[in-house]
Amino acid sequence: MSRIQLGSVDYIILLVYFVFVLGIGWALKRYMKTSSDFFLSGRSIPAWIAGLAFLSANLGAQEVIGMAASGAKYGIATSHFYWVGAIPAMVFVGIFMMPFYYGSRARSVPEYLKLRFDEKTRALNAISFATMTVFSSGISMYALAKLFGLLLGWDFNFSIWVSAIIVLLYIVLGGLTSAIYNEVLQFFLIVLGFIPLVFLGLRDVGGWNGLTERLSQVATQRGFAPGAWTESWSHMGSTSTNPMGVEWFGMVMGLGFVLSFGYWCTDFLVVQRAMAADSMAAARRTPLIAAVPKMLFPFLVILPGMIAMALTLGDGRAKLPLKPDGSMDFDMAIPVMLGTYFPSGLLGLGLTALMASFMSGMAGNVTAFNTVWTYDIYQSYIKKDASDSHYLWIGRATTVAGILLSIGTAYLASRFNNIMDFLQLVFAFVNAPLFATFLLGMFWKRATGHGAFGGLLLGTMAAAFHHGLTLPVNAAAGIKGGWMITDVVHRYPSEMAQNFWTAIFAWTVCFVMTIVISLATRRSKSDQELTGLVYSLTPKPAEEEAAWYRRPTGFGLIVLVLALILNIIFW
Amino acid sequence: MGLDIRIPVGLMFGIIGVILVVYGLVSDSRIYEASLGINVNLWWGAVMLVFGVVMFVLGRRKAA
Repeated sequence: MSRIQLGSVDYIILLVYFVFVLGIGWALKRYMKTSSDFFLSGRSIPAWIAGLAFLSANLGAQEVIGMAASGAKYGIATSHFYWVGAIPAMVFVGIFMMPFYYGSRARSVPEYLKLRFDEKTRALNAISFATMTVFSSGISMYALAKLFGLLLGWDFNFSIWVSAIIVLLYIVLGGLTSAIYNEVLQFFLIVLGFIPLVFLGLRDVGGWNGLTERLSQVATQRGFAPGAWTESWSHMGSTSTNPMGVEWFGMVMGLGFVLSFGYWCTDFLVVQRAMAADSMAAARRTPLIAAVPKMLFPFLVILPGMIAMALTLGDGRAKLPLKPDGSMDFDMAIPVMLGTYFPSGLLGLGLTALMASFMSGMAGNVTAFNTVWTYDIYQSYIKKDASDSHYLWIGRATTVAGILLSIGTAYLASRFNNIMDFLQLVFAFVNAPLFATFLLGMFWKRATGHGAFGGLLLGTMAAAFHHGLTLPVNAAAGIKGGWMITDVVHRYPSEMAQNFWTAIFAWTVCFVMTIVISLATRRSKSDQELTGLVYSLTPKPAEEEAAWYRRPTGFGLIVLVLALILNIIFW
Repeated sequence: MGLDIRIPVGLMFGIIGVILVVYGLVSDSRIYEASLGINVNLWWGAVMLVFGVVMFVLGRRKAA
């Protein structure tokens, strides 16, 4: 596609953003006195700020660019990643899991695993998580540099170093609080930057009705029913009737249950934001508050993708570019839309919003990384009884090291794309079974350390085996699967279906094996040690004296009903 | 934490709002062919300015 020309007003807006991001870090510097201030914001963040940060940390660029791409490729069914694959899990973690995360005073998710199970389970989780965050932040940086190079002609090295140094500075200065405050800023930027895009796009295609009409042509051209792009559930009966190539059961179990609960309920990247909240009540409300805007994000990120698709096949002015192999480059949906509808001025705002989403993704990973490294690896295995100021210093040093490693990853990604695909695959194997471990850990006091550790390892292996024995149709053996045998056991109709089922297998194996091994081994923790960590041994958190809709359960219920209504509207 | 986040958020969106409004007033109207003939800089800048002022006032009131 042709480059976007930025005017000086656009650069001024970008500059204003940079000044504020760094200014926030600078202003917070004097509050960073202890390691708890740096890693946990001294547990002092009000619920609404923690909630927006909870959402924003997840709102990396992969999210914005990727969900718009899916909107173009699959239509409104992409909303399943929100209304099925996020909201229920967010409500669950707030109501049922936060009492243990927050109540146990654990400083990280791996530390909870140590308190609940044992040292080796914590080590496994801490090391895999730390590695993962460094790579994710590097991949975020790489994606940013690549996009801004393509779009604006920015030099790759320049984009990498500028974004890395800004994120580095504001985290080293203000720690987690700085990351959280900037995530709030980024949240508003993304919302306010994208609303006019959706407004102009919808106006251009003639509203939802016009969009439906245009996309029905897209659908029929590709051999689907006319509503395949604009109805989320109606075509989920079979894998062949929707562009995702998944059916409702695999989608609900794989995405809605295993993957979504695994991410929202166990990933320290998001959970850390709730742990920083100023009270138990605020921690429980954090994911619930995040769920409200999360529910509305499909309109901000999926719709532009759908509009880009509609315009590409019609007579519209926007066209998705083609990749070298002739297929459409769906990842360009948002950039193309920005370039088409935004004049100089608003264009600066839109690109700043994109920049913000890349940075929040990076910062979220870096803050999670420095905490896990300092508390769960350094303090646990390298230097146990140092002074608090020593750990604060280590936290700052780790931030620098983490960013340097991410930069290394970004360059690695630019050289060897396959390595990144491979690593992401390995991470998927490691993550898939996690939720089974936490579910049993929190709700079954008989689950043992050996059980948890063994279940995790076997679950990860199950994921690898399932991937190695199956393939999506039309895919060659290798990174897509089928690398274990020449005649694959099963061919899935799509890569997404294969992913969902890999997750389901991994989870089930971990769940069953954790139970089996736990029953075969002796309990290592007494009831007393497990108080505050397991449901049946923990006093129920007293419901606050508040109207029913302000209590976590009432609030959660409202969120679920709203998500259900959205599902029905776009059925 | 001693800093109310609404103050920097309010300031930043206020400043960006002012920049967009001013640019919307002085810019050549031909650039708005892209945005379907609407002067989005002026309108959206005004919305952001109002948002910024509201956030700033809320943050200040709490701090006082």
